[in-house]
Amino acid sequence: MDQFLQATITGIATAAILAVAASGLVLTYTTTGIFNFAHGAIGMLGAFAYWQLRFDWGWPAPVALLVVLGVLAPLLGVAIELVVMRGLHDAPEAARVVVSVGLLAALLGLGLWVWPTDVARPLTRFWGNEHISVLGVRLTWHEVVAILVAAGLALGLRALLYGTRAGLAMRAAVDDRALSMLNGARPHRSAVLAWAIGCTCAALAGILISPAIGLMHVNLTLMIVNAYAAAMIGRLRNLPMTFAGAVALGLLDAYALTYLPTDSILLAQFRFAIPVILLFAVLLVLRQDRLRGHAARSTREVVPRPGWSGSLATAALFVAAGVVAAQITSAPDAVAVQKIVAVAIIALSLVPLVGFAGQLSLCQMSFAGIGAVVMAHHGHGGDPVGLLLATVVAGAVGALVALPTVRLAGIYLALATAAFAMMLDLWIFGLRDFEVGPLSISIFGTGSVAVDPIDVPGVDSAHDRLVFLSVVFALLYLLVVAIRRSTFGQRLLAFKDSPAASATLGVNTMLVRLAVFTLSAAMAGFGGALYGGTLGAVSAQNFAFAQSLPLLLLAVVGGIGTAAGALVAGVLVGGLPLLVEVAPWFENVNRVLPGTMGIALGRNPNGIAHQIRVGLAPLRRQPALLAGTVAGVAAVVGLRLAEVLTGTPFALALAAVPAAGGLAAQVLAARRAAGATATEGPDDVPLEWAGIVRPFTAEEVATMDRVLGLERRPEPTPSLAGAPSGVSAPARTAAGAGR
Amino acid sequence: MTALGPAPAPAPPAGDPVPAPPLVELRGVRAAYGTIEVLHGVDLSLMPGEVLAVLGPNGAGKTTMLNVLAGLHPLSGGDVFVAGRRTNGASAADLARVGLCLVPEGRGIFPNLTVRENLRMAAHAGHDPRAVEEAAYERFPRLAQRRRQLAGTLSGGEQQMLALARGLATDPAVLVLDELSMGLAPLVVEELYGQVAELARRGVSILVVEQFARVVLGVADRAAIMLGGRVTDVGAPDEIESKLSAAYLGG
Ligand SMILES: Nc1ncnc2c1ncn2[C@@H]1O[C@H](COP(=O)(O)OP(=O)(O)OP(=O)(O)O)[C@@H](O)[C@H]1O
Ligand SMILES: [Mg+2]
Repeated sequence: MDQFLQATITGIATAAILAVAASGLVLTYTTTGIFNFAHGAIGMLGAFAYWQLRFDWGWPAPVALLVVLGVLAPLLGVAIELVVMRGLHDAPEAARVVVSVGLLAALLGLGLWVWPTDVARPLTRFWGNEHISVLGVRLTWHEVVAILVAAGLALGLRALLYGTRAGLAMRAAVDDRALSMLNGARPHRSAVLAWAIGCTCAALAGILISPAIGLMHVNLTLMIVNAYAAAMIGRLRNLPMTFAGAVALGLLDAYALTYLPTDSILLAQFRFAIPVILLFAVLLVLRQDRLRGHAARSTREVVPRPGWSGSLATAALFVAAGVVAAQITSAPDAVAVQKIVAVAIIALSLVPLVGFAGQLSLCQMSFAGIGAVVMAHHGHGGDPVGLLLATVVAGAVGALVALPTVRLAGIYLALATAAFAMMLDLWIFGLRDFEVGPLSISIFGTGSVAVDPIDVPGVDSAHDRLVFLSVVFALLYLLVVAIRRSTFGQRLLAFKDSPAASATLGVNTMLVRLAVFTLSAAMAGFGGALYGGTLGAVSAQNFAFAQSLPLLLLAVVGGIGTAAGALVAGVLVGGLPLLVEVAPWFENVNRVLPGTMGIALGRNPNGIAHQIRVGLAPLRRQPALLAGTVAGVAAVVGLRLAEVLTGTPFALALAAVPAAGGLAAQVLAARRAAGATATEGPDDVPLEWAGIVRPFTAEEVATMDRVLGLERRPEPTPSLAGAPSGVSAPARTAAGAGR
Repeated sequence: MTALGPAPAPAPPAGDPVPAPPLVELRGVRAAYGTIEVLHGVDLSLMPGEVLAVLGPNGAGKTTMLNVLAGLHPLSGGDVFVAGRRTNGASAADLARVGLCLVPEGRGIFPNLTVRENLRMAAHAGHDPRAVEEAAYERFPRLAQRRRQLAGTLSGGEQQMLALARGLATDPAVLVLDELSMGLAPLVVEELYGQVAELARRGVSILVVEQFARVVLGVADRAAIMLGGRVTDVGAPDEIESKLSAAYLGG
């Protein structure tokens, strides 16, 4: 009984901290419509900042608290709103999720940069271990404070949102931003306020929970998943329900700690997965609410329909690039480049799912991990059966995940996939070999397992394998192109643009979503098996949730609507770490780079690949320049083969030649266009089309006025000091009325 | 071809007292979505105390014009004057605070707030929320029974009543209405425009865009035709009515 009471009290104290974190999340979501995936990272930074002031610099606790919660956290919130989130309110939901996930990755990287992991940072409770006794149960003062803070926050937030005009205006702005402005509200100010309060809540929760779970970057950042679960129970907007959810979670955790058997292999780590499993469950039973303020008013993404000839040429280019790379790399470098291609194959699996269907998955690396594990156990000696099995198993698991989640969309799907990934991370991937009935199951064994590279006749050296992987990538690229061009692909796009409309057109949306998710998981599993082969030995870290984030971010940044974008992702995810080996200072930059690029995506949703294509487009219309550019690239490669041009100068030259070609083509095209308008004049379009394909010119307006017999409008009278002249204007209307 | 002849040069009619300046004036207003210009120089003025109806085919740019006027859409040329002050670039919130109220196209309500909260939302700076609420219930008794209901669950007609009530809440100097009748039964439309006529009698200046020409011309003092991004005609309601079919059929 005592044990139960003790667990209950401890659980409530944990719940209080969760509630603080969750209510900050709910506040930013209800008031700005943006689900803040970075909430945990903000809490992490808050805890570290507090440690810095309080323990490293030895400031008194109240001063440190005041500075962190009263100055730093609100300032961070304001900065996030002004720099990152502003202008996102009418962006497609996928872009908003990516930006917010990017912020998570960037802040996590920043934390690792400023406070490297090589130092131990003890952070003690307020008042150490001093405690009081309630009903014979020990309760530390720290816990008492947490409970009081949560209660105060609950009352304060409720009063703010439901009792003040500022709170009402916040909620109104999410519903209909323009309309709230018509009511005299200023949504920008509401958003700034909401982000400031939200960040303060996150920092407060981070500081309160750190003594319990330790001052560790990733743990603190992901602790917030528990808060996600609580917030979800409150359907992201109901504060009382959110608090109830926090209590349920806190108690579950405490009881699990007290009562779960510790001797079972299966259940030893299970406790950590409880919140994630609960989050998954809540997402499933949740009545899908009408998403609030989420109609994307402007579609800013472009998903071109590729032609076969162009795609075949691109595929050939991939193979050629692979052949050239194999020629010019040493054996270790060839292995490194293999990794790039393998990651690109995994990233390619995101294209149909995210690019075509608009479904976000934060667990692609987990599917890749499943593929790698299957390959490890069933592909001894590179047996192709292992690769096939990896694809099938990953696809099957994908279908299993998709079955319950297909009806979810947007952030809900993103969260469900994140929950799945973390469930694997925290529980399944950590399991030792075990037996379920007649099946004996082995995952990462004691930590890591060996994966053999696929065995193909004639492919023996690292260089051969690089060429082989490029061919595989090119073939998969063509598969994705075929998907894009098929009826299935058109359905995916139709579905992305309007789920409701495509349902009324008789498209079975559930089946379409299920199919694309399964396909994508299978592709990821396939890629994972090959990736495992290039790594040699794989462990759970290779396929952790934190690895899925940069993959998705960079695939989207590369240009998720096109298969070529995946290559960009492969180069960035697989290639940037290589750069770190050359230039160690780059490590910290690399930590924040994927996130920063994800954030930048808010401004340019079509990604880099699209930008490059647009930049090079004029080149296609200038055969001479095109030939020159190709010859230039060939020359650079030739110089490299002759060992004249190597290393960095080679890489720079390789990038500079096409860039120069594109630039020259653009200049030429611009000059030609300027010449054209000068000679052809405004007769370039039929009069009916003027004003539609381009604005009217003054002459056209005059012509139309003449033809239509309209009165020539008088020139606007010059106004004095901004005030219109009172006489002429009414005179004009009077004349008009009198006609 | 329209039946318009060359118009006489504008000149103030001799002998008339100088009329009051317009309350709202658009001068050569241009606006564009991206690179596509949809307003090609709109001239229009609303006199104090009058009801001005703007008619025109779909896509003529009426909504765009009202959004520019209310500060929701940037103008790319020309000027907007409200009560003699140039308001180019002023924010919608500021315009609302000086008494220009737009009831936008579609349902001008917050679907996830209750009826009461919708009304309180309207009561910005210096207005008593309670008084605003009471006045609205007096005008539309049906809303009083539904004050705790989420506005998104109201019927289409009730939502439009709420939108209008919200618009009137702060006694705006200028009321701008965009297609109040969209998707409503004729009886409800009559009821809504009954309210508009009542307001007009109390001297509120109203700029109204409407497809239901018959109803709105009954209420209006003057009417304008908007075609292809320009105001092509302004005149007395009956005069405009006779020109309407020509305008709509592309005369
Ligand atoms: N957000 C937008 N982006 C691009 N073009 C737009 C946008 N909104 C309107 N347009 C275009 O601007 C033109 C004018 O639209 P507007 O909504 O102002 O017309 P309207 O006169 O109000 O029509 P209706 O009677 O149908 O309401 C139309 O051709 C429309 O397609
Ligand atoms: Mg309109």
